[in-house]
Amino acid sequence: MSLRQAICVSLSLLALMGCRQDMHDQKKLEPLEKSSFFSDQRASRPQVEGTVARGHLRADSALFEGRVDGKYVAKIPIPVDRALLDRGRERFGIFCTPCHSALGDGNGIVVQRGFKRPETYHQDRLRTAPVGYFFDVITNGYGAMYSFNARLTPKDRWAVIAYVRTLQLSQWATLADVPADERSALEEMR
Amino acid sequence: MAQIFPPVTNTLARASIFGGVFILAGLLWVFSTVDRSSYVTQVGVVREQPVPFSHRRHVAQLGLDCRFCHTSVEDSAFAGIPPTKTCMTCHSQIWLQSEMLEPVRASYRTDRSIEWTRVHDLPDYAYFNHSIHVKKGVGCETCHGRVDQMPLMWQEETLHMEWCLNCHRHPEKYLRPRDEVFTFGYEAEDQTTLGALLVEEHDVAAATTLTNCSMCHR
Repeated sequence: MSLRQAICVSLSLLALMGCRQDMHDQKKLEPLEKSSFFSDQRASRPQVEGTVARGHLRADSALFEGRVDGKYVAKIPIPVDRALLDRGRERFGIFCTPCHSALGDGNGIVVQRGFKRPETYHQDRLRTAPVGYFFDVITNGYGAMYSFNARLTPKDRWAVIAYVRTLQLSQWATLADVPADERSALEEMR
Repeated sequence: MAQIFPPVTNTLARASIFGGVFILAGLLWVFSTVDRSSYVTQVGVVREQPVPFSHRRHVAQLGLDCRFCHTSVEDSAFAGIPPTKTCMTCHSQIWLQSEMLEPVRASYRTDRSIEWTRVHDLPDYAYFNHSIHVKKGVGCETCHGRVDQMPLMWQEETLHMEWCLNCHRHPEKYLRPRDEVFTFGYEAEDQTTLGALLVEEHDVAAATTLTNCSMCHR
């Protein structure tokens, strides 16, 4: 190899040294990335049990547990308005309808595929159950239903419960509950 | 003294100047084509996964909402890969005998994570945030394609910067109403009018801001 060839080859090799992906794959860890640093290889660390973020102490047991002095609360502890109901309907659609169905009768698509059928919301036991009971079930699970506390924030849980209450109302509503000016439309559909 | 350059050199010199341009242009073309090819971008290439999870079954056939599993997509940069517990919400009762699902059950029993293969991986110097895109009305489908028709997951778009900029320069061409963000197969009747309206309504920043380097790189 002549000197000139040798220079050419080493120059192109030098250029190749630039082809590394250090910026592309930096040493920082992305969410849920694998890390050999921790024994369970999880880069996203679980919180130490009992951790309370500043300003996030859950002291209000009615709001965060649905109970006061160990008894279920009977009233939703946050203001119920249209925005909360809309939010509740949306969250119910995402997390609850697969089993409970859009009607809340417990015949959702997953139930049709073999999941244990949940009880209908429209039975006396659940129509008269305090809202705190629903909060407890969403938070801690019940029967075959897993806990949804990681998927629904406490406020979202109350929103869902508010919506479940409207579902219960809707299934037992009579013509007298419909505003007078909308009744005729219903009469026509009959 | 003999001539160093024979007359043919004249032709060679002209040809090499001419050829040089073509060789350079050709090389550029080759590089840019390879860079955009699915060999490099992995567009349309199905990834092997420890469990052959089908979005088509779960989204199109069962009608699950994206957010049932990707819970943090509205509030965080990362959309979230569901914990094994989310799978077990249903699969503690359904498909119990399935060999395919054994890694899921094993993960739940042993508390070891399932090692999914990442499909969409941006360079670490690009700070993409899901929540802002969802809030401004960018549909899942716009970047991820018809996930509801994917039996196994693949990447639909190149994720090249030029692709990001297409939208950052003209967001009005792609925006949807907020309640259509998680819909698949959505098509606006008149995107021109609607897009302009949504830019206003969702308070989308001007293209000059959206194409600022520090919008994505910091």
